[in-house]
Amino acid sequence: MATGSVEQLAIANWGGGVSPYGVGHKKLGMWLFIMSDSLTFSALLIGYSYVRLASANWPTPFHLWPSVTMASVMTLLLLSSSLTMVMAVSASSRGERKRAVQFLALTMLGGLGFIVLHLNEWMDLIREGVRLWANPWGVPLFGATFFTLTGLHMLHVASGLIYLGVIATGVARGFFSHEDVEVSGLYWHFVDLVWMFIFPMVYLLSVSSA
Amino acid sequence: METEMELTHAGHSSRLYVSVWIYLLVLTAVEVVLAYMRVFPPAGMLVVLMVLSLVKAGLIMAYFMHLRFERATLFLSLVPAVVVVISLLFVFFPDSMRLLHLRVQ
Repeated sequence: MATGSVEQLAIANWGGGVSPYGVGHKKLGMWLFIMSDSLTFSALLIGYSYVRLASANWPTPFHLWPSVTMASVMTLLLLSSSLTMVMAVSASSRGERKRAVQFLALTMLGGLGFIVLHLNEWMDLIREGVRLWANPWGVPLFGATFFTLTGLHMLHVASGLIYLGVIATGVARGFFSHEDVEVSGLYWHFVDLVWMFIFPMVYLLSVSSA
Repeated sequence: METEMELTHAGHSSRLYVSVWIYLLVLTAVEVVLAYMRVFPPAGMLVVLMVLSLVKAGLIMAYFMHLRFERATLFLSLVPAVVVVISLLFVFFPDSMRLLHLRVQ
């Protein structure tokens, strides 16, 4: 195993003992947060599923164009941003700070593109009359579940952008360690992971039959 | 691919990550096509989409989030408990069916 600050810290804090997970406290902390946030999204997704199963007439308003296509582009953007994030972590592990910052910037670009397309879709739906309490098509709860799920996810993407911005700036100036980049990567992949469930459950199961 | 990988923080070959990315894109395309062509009725569609999504989630966690190359204890302390808790939440679904049948149509 490579010797580095994580190992030295582990030895210093553990008085010769060994950290059972072999990771630093920041990484373990982020993993614990990710597990707890997964439960939050799981609860929301299961709540949405429950309400949908209990309803007749759940709206299926997403046509191939523009809705499903745009949602697929958004998925592509997030997946690609995860790839650039992994490249950033890779570069950072080799000490290539400039490269890491460039890949971080690309990752942020993907996230920004996602938010722009998503907000555009929100405005379209709102213009068509979808609200948290009503919509022109069927069960009123469609709007509540849609906006809550995608809204909370978008909030995570947005805060992820801020987080990555801080990390990128810090890495450029030499403040942050490789571990910090790695930990921010974990958060970003988590955001992508949640979308892997929201996309099929919200969009693909509501494809319009028109 | 195994020979290109060093099991340290020094990272893996980019080829591995790009391959995973391509798998993810392909799985997404499969999902979209299956959903749009309505290959399955809604219940079956849900199962298929969930299985595909779990595979995608697994790929992201294992390779992008590096879990595959961490100590087993980390995976074992994090994942099984969350899976159990999420499964426990499923106990509510029979109630949603009750509501569906009770509902004024």
